[in-house]
Order: sequence, then C-alpha cells, then structure tokens
Amino acid sequence: MSRFKNLFTALAAVVLGLLAGALFMALSGSNPLAGFYYLFRGGLMNMERIGNTLASATNLIFTGLAVAFSFKTGLFNIGASGQMLMGGLTATAIGLSVQMPRMILLPLIVLAAAAAGALWAAIPGFLKAKFNVHEVVATIMMNWIAYWTVYYTIPAYFKGTFLETESRRIPPLASLRADWLTNIFRGSYINLGIFFALGAVIVIAIILDKTTLGFELKAVGFNRYAAEYAGIPVSRNIITSLGISGALAGLAGATYYIGYAVNMQIGVLPTAGFDGIAVALLGANSPWGVLASSIFFGVLHSGKGFMNAMTKVPPEIGDTIIAIIIYFAATGVLFTRLWERLTRRWGKEA
Amino acid sequence: MQTLALIFPYAIAFTIPLLAASLGGLFSERSGVVNIGLEGLMVSGSFTCAVVASRMETVLGPGNPGALWMGLGAAVVVGALFSLLHAFASISLKANQVISGTAINMIAGSLTVFLARTMTGSGNVRIVLGFIPADIPVLSAIPILGPLLFTKTYATTWLMALILAVSWFVIYKTPFGLRLRACGEHPQTADAAGINVYRIRYIAVMLSGALAGLAGGIILVTYSGEFNGSVAGLGFLALAALIFGQWKPLGILGATAFFGFAATIANVSQVIPQFSRIPGLLLKAFPYVVTLIALVLFSKSSQAPRAAGEPYDQGKR
Repeated sequence: MSRFKNLFTALAAVVLGLLAGALFMALSGSNPLAGFYYLFRGGLMNMERIGNTLASATNLIFTGLAVAFSFKTGLFNIGASGQMLMGGLTATAIGLSVQMPRMILLPLIVLAAAAAGALWAAIPGFLKAKFNVHEVVATIMMNWIAYWTVYYTIPAYFKGTFLETESRRIPPLASLRADWLTNIFRGSYINLGIFFALGAVIVIAIILDKTTLGFELKAVGFNRYAAEYAGIPVSRNIITSLGISGALAGLAGATYYIGYAVNMQIGVLPTAGFDGIAVALLGANSPWGVLASSIFFGVLHSGKGFMNAMTKVPPEIGDTIIAIIIYFAATGVLFTRLWERLTRRWGKEA
Repeated sequence: MQTLALIFPYAIAFTIPLLAASLGGLFSERSGVVNIGLEGLMVSGSFTCAVVASRMETVLGPGNPGALWMGLGAAVVVGALFSLLHAFASISLKANQVISGTAINMIAGSLTVFLARTMTGSGNVRIVLGFIPADIPVLSAIPILGPLLFTKTYATTWLMALILAVSWFVIYKTPFGLRLRACGEHPQTADAAGINVYRIRYIAVMLSGALAGLAGGIILVTYSGEFNGSVAGLGFLALAALIFGQWKPLGILGATAFFGFAATIANVSQVIPQFSRIPGLLLKAFPYVVTLIALVLFSKSSQAPRAAGEPYDQGKR
C-alpha cells in the first residue's frame, strides 16, 4: 500500500511541477503546449537525443543514489557536488597522466574516482561521528574546498591547450565514451557510465535490502539511540554511509568529466549534486525510484536546449520545473493526506 | 597600517550582506526553524533589487539613491514573501526543513534566471551605478579608527549596524524576543504558556526572508552591480557564521567579520606583497577550513536552539 502512496505522491509532485512550468511559460508569453511538446521531443525524438537523455541521467542516477543512500541512514549529503568534483579531478588527473592499456586504465580511473569521492565524504562523516558536527554544514564547506581545489589544480598541472580555465582534452583511450556505443546512438554523449550506473542501482538495492550492513544503516537512520542500544556501532555506520554515498558521487564525477564532457572546466560547482536531492526525493529514496526519476530529469535536461531553439522559452524552465517538483515532493504530506482520504472513501463504498 | 586601511573598506563591504543574511538565519533558527534557503532568498533579493533599481534608474537617473533604496525595499518585501513558501512547508505541513530550504534555493536559482532571460534576453540584470562609498565627516578624521571604519563607507553599512542593534534589543529585551527564544528551545512549554508557536515561527521565518532579501540587495547595490543568478555560496557561509557565532547577534558579527576579512585577503592577495607568497588555494579555502575547525571545537558545547529543525506538532508532547 505504501508503495502506491509513494508513487501517488511522486506523480502529484511531477504533475504540479509541470503545471507550474506551464504557468511560467504562459506568463513569459509562450504557448505552454508548444513548450512541452518541444521539451519532450528534444529529449526523445531520435537515437542521438535518447542517448543524450541517458547520458544526462547517468550522473543523476549516481548523485541521486548518493543522496538517497545517505538519507536512509538519516544523513543529508548535500555535498555530492564537491565529491563529484573530487572524483572528476582524480579521473581527469589519471586520464591525462597515466599511460596504460584501456582494459586496466578504465577500471583504475573509475575506482580511483570512487575512492576520492568516498574520502571527501568520509571527512564530514568522521566529524559527524566523532564531534557531532552537522553534516549539512560540513558537506557544504567541503563543496567549496573542492571547488577551490579544482580551481587551482587544473590550471597548475593540466592546463588546456587554448584556455586557462579548462583542462586538456581527455585522450580517447582514457575516455568512458566507446565508439560502438556512440555509433548506436548517432554521436551522442552517452558513455559506458550508464552501465556502471545501472550496476550501481542493483548493488545499492542489494546492500540496502539484503545485507546486514544495509539493515544496520537503516536502523541508525530510523533511531540512532535505539540502534546504539541494540549494539550497532553508530559512529562506524555514519562514516560508512557517507563514505559509500561519496563513492557514488565520485563515480558521478568520473562519468561526467571523462564521459559526458571531454575536459574539466574550473569555476563550476556541478548542479548534478543538487539535482540528486530532487532525484532521491522524487524516487522516495529507493534505488529503482532513483533510476526512474533520473531518466525523467534526463529528458528535461537534454530537451531544454531544443525547446529553447524552437520556442522563446528560456532553457532555465527545465531547472525551474525540477526545483518546483522538489518543493512539492517536500510537501508530499499534502498528497499523502489526500491519498488517505481518497482510499478511505473508496474503502467505505466497496 | 596602509595595507589595513586598504583592506578594511572592502572587508566591511563584504561582511555586511553576510551579516544581514546570518541575522536572518538567527531569527529563524532561534524560533526553531532551520532555514537553509538563505542562499536562495538572497538570490531572490538580489534579482528583485536589480530589476527594480535598474528600472528606477532609467526614470530617476543612474546611481540615484532613491532608485537604489526602492530596489532594496522591494528586495526585502520579495524575500519575506518568498520565505512564506518555506514557512508553509516547514511549519504548517511539518515537512523536512532542510529539504524545503533546498527547494527554495533551487527555485530561486532557476526561476530568477528564467525571469531575467524573459526580461532582458540574457540571464543578467545590471544596474548602471550603485551606492558610492563616502567618508563620514568628523569621524573619519579620528586617527587609526577613522581610516579603518569611517572612510569609504556605504550607507547600507550603517543601516545594518542599526538593524544589528535593534535585533539584539528585540531578541533579548522584548516580550517578542523571549517568546521567539522559547519557541526555539521548548515549543511545547511555550505553547502551554499561551504563546502561538506557529505564529511566532511564521514571523521569524519571514524576518529571515526579509533580511536575506536585503542581503542580496546590498550585494547588488554595493560591490557587484550585476545580477547573474547566484550569490556565490554566501547564503551557506551565512549559515556557517550563524553556528560559528553560536546563535548570538554579537557572535555573528564577529564570525561574519572574520569571513569578510578572510575573503577580502584572499581576493586582494595578488596585489599585496605580504600575502602574494601564500598559495591561492590556501587563502581561498581558508574560511571554509576554519569553519570546519570551529565547528569541531564548538559542536560539543553547542548553544544551538534545542528545537531547531523539528516541526512543532501540538499533538506530540
């Protein structure tokens, strides 16, 4: 029953978000129907577009899983952006400086990026466990430290050929893009990351539902003191939870900076980290829900450019809709109450 | 000394918006509502101020103080109204306050740029001329203090000094302040004493929205002059300053001043020989690292309002 309730809440949030988007399109003097037509067409009209949608969804699956996983332990990892940057920086650094056969290099890069993200998140985890420092503020601080680390490291060691503000191009050997995949999707940004992402969904689902670790993490999330009383090491679980969360965000960084993109820009805190919050909320923190909502947001992301080209609607409408969906997902209790009222009424009639 | 006199006006200009936003956070958290949406509220204030001030400048002339004050006033109003979204979600619907605040940040970040693009074609809104820093007569002639505090000051700086004093008075010396603090410490008891917890929290969140909106406006009319869709994480820094300052007005003044100076030193380090030898990364990351260290030191004996972050439910006692 509660699964239907979650689905109803998520769908209500999506519908209201789209309605609000329609309202803003109308207010800015455009036809909302045309806007949405081109928005979805832009995300789905041919293989290349579908590839781009999946490529956008790849990062969101990882950051969404990262946020959802920490939520399950009662922690709010708002630092997925920073962890993503560190994962991306590590991936870029290895990709640009190490020469190895692709079969060894790619796994090495991916693992190193995950480790970097895990480490970046484990620091706030440690501070939370040992000193009770609130993880929201700590991860935000780590975001900015990551931002400035990238800002100074890229120009100093991996400066681009033409611009100071970006790294050199990742050689094809170290890139997550694969020719056969790019060819199927007619030259889109899609890369091997999508397979890692699908794998991560399954692995996280198994960890959460089928393992002792997952049980302990959820127990800490439900009631930290009860968990402690039951003999579960709370501190260790907090660090583990944020560590795994950070590893997922680090993977997002790898798939974004050496898969979706061809180099790393400085001075940008990737928005995928914050979109991950939306993805996790909309997916009710379940790995499969994260997968579904990532693909939906992926459509919005890859379709907004096309919509902007065909109509006068600014591309920011995509982000606006996502933001409003989060707000309605946060106020989901409204719809939950509505759902309960509806089901009660039906129950009486039946 | 000369270096100090050079840094001070910039550092103060940078501190003031941070102080405004952080004071806003203080009102909200002291009433028991965590407002992580300060960043977004600042963005909305900055956007509103840019739109109103730039329109009024075309009527009244570039840099006209009237136009700029109208922009600031509009920023305050829009900030307060926008924060109602957060208040409704977190007080009336008892939603997760951190998530609702994050939604505020994301809505502000995308919607303002959307509107800016609809209005101007680009995502930016620019005012022609902001406030011009001026020396305070007589006071600026005082040795040492004069050049540091009373030269090249903005009118908004003195407004914030006044707001800080009034805030301190309101929080500690008025019935409203007592009720506000009671709602943040133990809302059940406050309710039993006849205080309308929901009403106090609504007022507090709107005050935080108003002050954060003002903060965004001040950034625009003093040192930035252009709205570009973000306030570069200052809202989050204000939140850190709130914790650093241990939820006390004067503590916040100290914390924001610290951030103001740290950021200014990082920004001007290239031109000042004493600092140019320090790697840029260390200077830029310094405020954030120090915040983490401060959090480690303070979190054990944290003075956080006890009920901050918890929705108040009358049925739960």
